[in-house]
Amino acid sequence: MENLINIFIKSIFIDNMVFAFFFGMCSYLAVSKTVKTSMGLGLAVIFVLGITVPMNYLLNKYILAEGALVWLDASMADVDLSFLSFIMFIAVIASMVQLVEMVVEKFAPALYSSLGIFLPLIAVNCAILGGSLFMQERDYSTLAEATSFGLGSGIGWLLAIVGIAAIREKIRYSNIPAPLRGLGITFIVTGLMGIAFMSFMGIKL
Amino acid sequence: MKALRKFLDKKKPLFQKGGKFAKLQSSFEAFETFLYVPNITSHSGTHIKDAIDLKRTMSVVVLALIPALLFGIYNTGYQHFLSLGKEVLASTPLMDICIYGLIEILPIIVVSYVVGLGIEFAFAQMRGHQVNEGFLVSGMLIPLIMPVGAPLWMVAVSTAFAVVIGKEVFGGTGMNIWNPALVARAFFFFAYPSKMSGDIVWIADKADSFSGATPLAHAATLVDATGEAATSIYTQHLSNVWDMFVGLIPGSIGETSTIAILIGAVILIASGIGSWKIMASVFVGGYTMGAIFNLVGANAYMELIPAWQHLIMGGFAFGAVFMATDPVSAAQTARGKIIYGFLIGFLAVLIRVMNAGFPEAMMLAILLMNTFAPLIDHYVIQGNIKRRLKRVKVNA
Repeated sequence: MENLINIFIKSIFIDNMVFAFFFGMCSYLAVSKTVKTSMGLGLAVIFVLGITVPMNYLLNKYILAEGALVWLDASMADVDLSFLSFIMFIAVIASMVQLVEMVVEKFAPALYSSLGIFLPLIAVNCAILGGSLFMQERDYSTLAEATSFGLGSGIGWLLAIVGIAAIREKIRYSNIPAPLRGLGITFIVTGLMGIAFMSFMGIKL
Repeated sequence: MKALRKFLDKKKPLFQKGGKFAKLQSSFEAFETFLYVPNITSHSGTHIKDAIDLKRTMSVVVLALIPALLFGIYNTGYQHFLSLGKEVLASTPLMDICIYGLIEILPIIVVSYVVGLGIEFAFAQMRGHQVNEGFLVSGMLIPLIMPVGAPLWMVAVSTAFAVVIGKEVFGGTGMNIWNPALVARAFFFFAYPSKMSGDIVWIADKADSFSGATPLAHAATLVDATGEAATSIYTQHLSNVWDMFVGLIPGSIGETSTIAILIGAVILIASGIGSWKIMASVFVGGYTMGAIFNLVGANAYMELIPAWQHLIMGGFAFGAVFMATDPVSAAQTARGKIIYGFLIGFLAVLIRVMNAGFPEAMMLAILLMNTFAPLIDHYVIQGNIKRRLKRVKVNA
């Protein structure tokens, strides 16, 4: 249990997807204009990460990893399908995103139209694929660990995008030098937020 | 005084439109309003008319910083002579101690003001707005949170970074998201880590044999220490609580003395410039986290340091009084201020104990909460709207 909480907190603050790895920047920069929409996208990302990471974990454990197919037949012990990880992970992610898109369109049409192209683009959001690949690379040993990692990463990403959205709402009427308006200042804000998040770097849990 | 006013009035046309130095208008305006309260008022919209304008506000904060600064000057000399031996300290007259501190600290202040104000003036000229007064305070805060032995060029670089990236790109005073002084210190900390940690930087020109680590650095070693070793670290370096409270310990220039900081806090609260809500909730937050650690007691750091001692160690008090209360980068709503302050104190103690790399956690905790202050405000306001809507519905 303690281990699960550690992984959860670590993936939110210490290994924050945005500030530690600069993952998922495209939608992070593009959809963070208002707190409301970024909250919606953030929830979608939490959902997708929370589902795909454990699914890919099972996929990896029982199909892709070296010797994972022993449960079929003992002679499969040296079959290594991990070269298929990318394509399999992406397939799972894309189908999950499709599902999310349908749900959002049905139940929150306003959010659907304000997210626009960025909702289907979650499928190629590097934070999502990154979540699955980190899960594979860090060798989480149980399904519960993978799930808490997935959810934690999603929450960390949500925190980042909602934080910057609030800042962008605040600086909307600031007298920012013309060349920096829009994306320029957003990059600077992201960098400074990264400095603030440095406070968690190196905490050992 | 009259002569000065006359002189200004005589020169004024030169700087107005069509005058010889029209381009330097904002610089002239800055000096004029620095010397005399301007008689210009806004013409449109609703404004609160008050004798105290931004410049006077900033001056009060600088005034509140003076006790910490004076004590910092004395302490710099005190630590230097102490490192040479107790006998040397005892035989040195007070005057010499102060003069030594002054010689060490004055250059840092001068560099901070010259670089910062230089950039402010340049930006004001280029962008054609008035010179922002905000730097009067930042320029004083930056030296106070620097280590005594900070090389001047590093002070200059971090000041420049803070003013340009921390403030001017957002549109100047009143628009920044992060406290510029803290941005300067964070830049300094991450760009030149060796100048911000270890035991050589906190005491000016110390004797080699003397350990100059801050109490926080000693406390950080408690994490790995156990049993008798831990107790001896504590009794040797951390048990002298009175010295910590008065401020006769190594540390950044202005942050050591809790007494001097409290005098500043009284000035800020009495004049209504600093928010007592933020200050109080920072201390409550820090105490709460310290008490939780006392209860958990997983290592010697958590066990031996009582919760209240966290509040007087390192930059905690200084951050709580002068940094967290910065009206621009703090949360703006009444309830938001309490949440914001509480989380600062809470995180500061948390990071201090958990993260061995950053014993000086106050700066990072405040920067982090500066980041989320707009978010806190957003949700506090949304909550208010919802509550009032409900009230309307009930009445209808």
